[in-house]
Amino acid sequence: MQLDHLPLNQIAVIRAIDWESLPDQEGHRLRSLGFEPGVTIEALHKGILMWRDPLAVRVGRMTVALRSNVAAAIDCTLAA
Amino acid sequence: MTQMPPLVALVGNPNAGKSALFNALTGARQKIANYPGVTVERKSGRAAFADGCPVEMIDLPGAYSLDPDSLDEAVTRDVVLGKLEGHRRPDALVIVLDAGNLDNHLRFALELIAQGLPTVVALNMIDLAERDGLRLDVQILARALGVPVIETVAVRRRGLEPLMTALDEALTNANPVTEPVAASFGAQNQLARDIARSAIISETAGRQWTRRLDAVLLHPVGGVVILLALLFLMFQAVYAGSEAPIGWIESGFALLSDGIKHVLPHGLLRSFLTDGVIAGVGSVIVFLPQILILFLFILVLEASGYMTRAAFVMDRLMAAVGLSGHSFIPLLSSFACAIPGIMATRTIMDQKERLATILIAPLMTCSARLPVYTVIIGAFIPASSVRPGIGLQGLVLFGLYIAGVLGAMLAAAVIQRFVTQSRASSFLIEMPRYQWPRPGDIAINLWQRAWVFLRRAGTIIFAATIILWALLSFPKAPEGSNVSQVEYSVAGRIADGLEPIVRPIGFNHDIALALIPAMAAREVAVSALATVYAIDAADDDAAATSLGPKLAADWSLATALAFLAWFVFAPQCISTIAVTRRETNGWKWPIFMVSYLFALAYVAAGITYWTARSFGL
Repeated sequence: MQLDHLPLNQIAVIRAIDWESLPDQEGHRLRSLGFEPGVTIEALHKGILMWRDPLAVRVGRMTVALRSNVAAAIDCTLAA
Repeated sequence: MTQMPPLVALVGNPNAGKSALFNALTGARQKIANYPGVTVERKSGRAAFADGCPVEMIDLPGAYSLDPDSLDEAVTRDVVLGKLEGHRRPDALVIVLDAGNLDNHLRFALELIAQGLPTVVALNMIDLAERDGLRLDVQILARALGVPVIETVAVRRRGLEPLMTALDEALTNANPVTEPVAASFGAQNQLARDIARSAIISETAGRQWTRRLDAVLLHPVGGVVILLALLFLMFQAVYAGSEAPIGWIESGFALLSDGIKHVLPHGLLRSFLTDGVIAGVGSVIVFLPQILILFLFILVLEASGYMTRAAFVMDRLMAAVGLSGHSFIPLLSSFACAIPGIMATRTIMDQKERLATILIAPLMTCSARLPVYTVIIGAFIPASSVRPGIGLQGLVLFGLYIAGVLGAMLAAAVIQRFVTQSRASSFLIEMPRYQWPRPGDIAINLWQRAWVFLRRAGTIIFAATIILWALLSFPKAPEGSNVSQVEYSVAGRIADGLEPIVRPIGFNHDIALALIPAMAAREVAVSALATVYAIDAADDDAAATSLGPKLAADWSLATALAFLAWFVFAPQCISTIAVTRRETNGWKWPIFMVSYLFALAYVAAGITYWTARSFGL
């Protein structure tokens, strides 16, 4: 399931990240923020009003805000 | 040891509490300058070891890796690697780690340790980590990293002495164990997470303050309401709270000016000091109270961790015009003054977005426009009420603010589409945990920002004022001539040339003349008009009171409205232009900015004038 479709407050694990689909700079920043396959992730909040964009997610012990177009490149599996 | 004290660099992820640790170690005696060749601020200060030997500390910009994403990060990399020309390589590093965020911060620490410099790790904010239910084993961490690890709580000054002792030892036995850094990012991340896991003794569900607060502050509707309320409160405080101190500063300068008039005889020197230096520099310093109040708000919001939430809330709206939440903070600062706003764009990762933000920052209604707006609105707009409690004058003022914001949004959309040709903006940011701001850190920061503003604006406006004073004072009108000095001066002659250009948008000769000195700073237009109308007023307020009726008698309403529209857009501020040149490293962008803003101002004033005329005003 893509991160932008992940239900809120459910713990998941990153399965794969489609680096190719991301602009270099965003891919790079995503990596330095600790986004890697195998890392625990949880969608916490969605943006304002009807847009529901960007997203706030917990990755490891950090909270990161990212837009849903970037989140769409991150494939996750809900933890059982 | 050489004569020079050793140089120690504090380095770490953003939000690791690095600056708080730096403040705790060096106290308030810090020096701010720029790194050689770049416009990134360099903060340095002195600390001392137990034996009294001094050590120079620098606070490097926060970074996530030695492979930079932004100007700030590039400086951090260059300093750590000793590649920044004209800057010596640090003799040792203090890596500041957020104890509550080891999984994400250790990777950068590994990369830094591998550089082979004597290194000490400050395991910072250990109290917050414990509050969140995390217990760590420092010994395991130190063994895994191969460098000393000291627990610190910078804001409570905990662990500072052990940190300095460990640093002293590391510098003395400069023979650090270095392990080859794992090749790929992924491998480094894996190693970092393994170390983090092994160092964690126990983990219980903490109180999760941040998550609960976020549920309110990032609420899809509530979050917007709270942000708007905060902004309203801030503007209220900026304008209401600064009235008294602005009055004191004005009277102070008036006293100084009077004093000089008593001591010095009539003549060039006296005119130079009172009309040139004091009037010019005073006109900038008068904004200090507003800027300080605005900065106080911004610093508290930043230190508490709320600012990234504000960026989160605003991101979608900014995206509509090709910007992102990152631009929100610089643009907010620009409501006090575009200069600190433009300087705050350095944190924007995307260079195209940074440029677009710089170019639209002057459209945010800064405090220098207020005196102009106040005079014209007071003279031409009746003090009647549209609805109970809503005055027409206030409504017009609000409309001018909105016009600036809308103009900026439009300009941003056009610039991002056609000038920078940015394909899409991006928003990707760490949201730190909430914490109480420490008053000492806020005070140090406030003092530093005020000083930087005064120094930059002061020197530029000082030079500009002298030039304008000379333009207005020479050549001297002949004795007994009925032509005023202003008309006779170089500026007066420039106004003659300018008049045919501004005539089509409803401006008369007097306005053309007032626009020239107003290049130094917009509010000078008021005193310039006062001079033109030969009013001998003690200060701007008195000038405004007596100027109003004169203008109302002399100008049509259409002209007055066009004049207001002009000031919404016109880039009448030499300091802003100069800062833009510094921040964009050349004349290309300031020239572009000045041209497009003058064009906008001309068109807006023209449309306003002819629309008003067609309504018979």
